[in-house]
Amino acid sequence: MNSRLSAITLNTFREAVRDRVLYNLIIFVLLLVASAPLFGQISIGLERLILVNVGLSSISVFGILIGIFIGIGLVSKEIEKKTLYTILSRPVRRWEFIVGKYFGLVLTLVVNAILMSVGFYVALLISEHKLTGADGHLLIAIYFAVLEFLMITAVTLLFSSFSTPIFSAIFAFALFVIGTFATDLRNFAAAAHGMTKWFATAAAYAVPNFASLNVIGQVAHDQPLGGSLIVMNTLYALLYSAAVTAGAVLIFERRNLK
Amino acid sequence: MHVIEIQGLSKDYPVGFWKKQLRPALKPLDLAVEQGETFGFLGPNGAGKTTTLKLLMGIIFPSSGSARILGKDFHDPEIKRRIGFLPEQPYFYDYLSAPELLDYYAQLSGVPQTGRKQRISEMLDRVGLGDVGNKQLRKFSKGMLQRVGIAQAIIHDPEVIFLDEPMSGLDPLGRHEIRELIQSLKDVGKTIFFSTHILSDAEALCDRVAVIHKGELRGVGVVNDLRSSAAGKTEVIWEGASALGSVSNYALEPHVTGDTVRATVSTELLDTMLERLRQQHARLISVTPLHGTLEQYFLSRTSDQEPVRV
Ligand SMILES: Nc1ncnc2c1ncn2[C@@H]1O[C@H](COP(=O)(O)OP(=O)(O)OP(=O)(O)O)[C@@H](O)[C@H]1O
Ligand SMILES: [Mg+2]
Repeated sequence: MNSRLSAITLNTFREAVRDRVLYNLIIFVLLLVASAPLFGQISIGLERLILVNVGLSSISVFGILIGIFIGIGLVSKEIEKKTLYTILSRPVRRWEFIVGKYFGLVLTLVVNAILMSVGFYVALLISEHKLTGADGHLLIAIYFAVLEFLMITAVTLLFSSFSTPIFSAIFAFALFVIGTFATDLRNFAAAAHGMTKWFATAAAYAVPNFASLNVIGQVAHDQPLGGSLIVMNTLYALLYSAAVTAGAVLIFERRNLK
Repeated sequence: MHVIEIQGLSKDYPVGFWKKQLRPALKPLDLAVEQGETFGFLGPNGAGKTTTLKLLMGIIFPSSGSARILGKDFHDPEIKRRIGFLPEQPYFYDYLSAPELLDYYAQLSGVPQTGRKQRISEMLDRVGLGDVGNKQLRKFSKGMLQRVGIAQAIIHDPEVIFLDEPMSGLDPLGRHEIRELIQSLKDVGKTIFFSTHILSDAEALCDRVAVIHKGELRGVGVVNDLRSSAAGKTEVIWEGASALGSVSNYALEPHVTGDTVRATVSTELLDTMLERLRQQHARLISVTPLHGTLEQYFLSRTSDQEPVRV
């Protein structure tokens, strides 16, 4: 990684940390840990299932929401406040700026996911008094959450490279919701005819497929996941993010700043 | 070699919601700045100064034309290592402290790690911010931000420095300090291109100035020549309009108000004229040598009544 790219990445991370976004999450994690003993009161057996579902879903959803929340301002704020003037008058290529911002936000989300996961495992330990192999299995769902972050960050950055923060938020959130139902969309496309089929197929491939990244149900019940799913999901998330980020770069390269 | 060479650079902005018309913010501009020159870019509000600087920095793209800086195309990332830029009314990442900000910019400009810290604290001293410590920029006053802005523009020791209204937001002392700082950059041979509408600053610092108005270059002048164009003349005011006839060969542009006459005369003919006025018993009121000022030049270039001569 060149030094300009790493400088922009680290500065983006530093901004998120100093904006205290992460602290809200730490509070959430503490709440989860503190409430762990309460799950035991609900019902023996269901206790672990609820904790795992709540914990893993939170790691994924919180990360995505923070990703959108920070992502919409990454480019627009620098344009609005004209801090980009002092960046672009340096030997920084426009693509380095976009990619640096991308890495910075992904780094923020990964650190955040690590912190939340630690809290989650502590809660698990408190409620079960020991950790088993089945608990290690849960890491796959956390890894897939990180893959989701890669994609949602790219999507948000794409919108924020040409649109206002509000619209970027709406678009990115809409894509996230549609992406969650990507499997249904594909099934619908397969069953449709004519123009509808054409559009539905295009849409099904364009939206980020969050459905296949959501394995929380499976890991909670300790169902086995094939190694090929992990490989395919990784490749998919990397390619999708790279393509979308490239789109953001192409748009930003041509843009006249205010 | 010209350090900055602007060739037909122009920028149009679309105006109107329905019928998109193009309105020029900058009409095709040709300008060249030499090595080591301090060049003032003057113009009233909305003249197109900031537009020109944004074009040169690659922040916006020109409608036509191009420029060369240090002999290379102005979009070449290599030359950006060797130039510095202070935007107008600069704003910075307010969650950083001044040393952190300068460190970030130094990294982006490729300043090596060794000696960077030292350089940053020297730079802060130089712009009068030696004592700010690790205070976040959100707590800085406007003038302090302006100083940080100047520090970031020169942190990587650039050869060419572009400043968009470097004195704005500064108190009189601050203005004086920044003037000295620009002078010190000039003394070590940096090429400086700065926009301003504070004419006294331009007069004190610049070798040459360009006047731009309504997106159009109205004139380029050597500051010393501008000063001397009116030099060598003296204004004489006296009472006794009847004496005017005897000095009509000397008195230039006489204005008569009642019995009082105001006229200018070439300084070498001053003695002769005063002698004649005495002979005619005219009563002298004042004799004032004239200095050309940048202000007169500026006003003559930016008043639309006068024919434009470029
Ligand atoms: N993004 C933009 N869209 C439309 N018009 C613009 C834009 N930016 C600048 N202009 C217009 O271009 C003209 C020149 O503006 P510019 O900012 O270059 O002036 P300036 O000489 O820097 O003035 P000042 O001394 O007030 O800073 C103005 O009429 C301005 O309204
Ligand atoms: Mg301006």
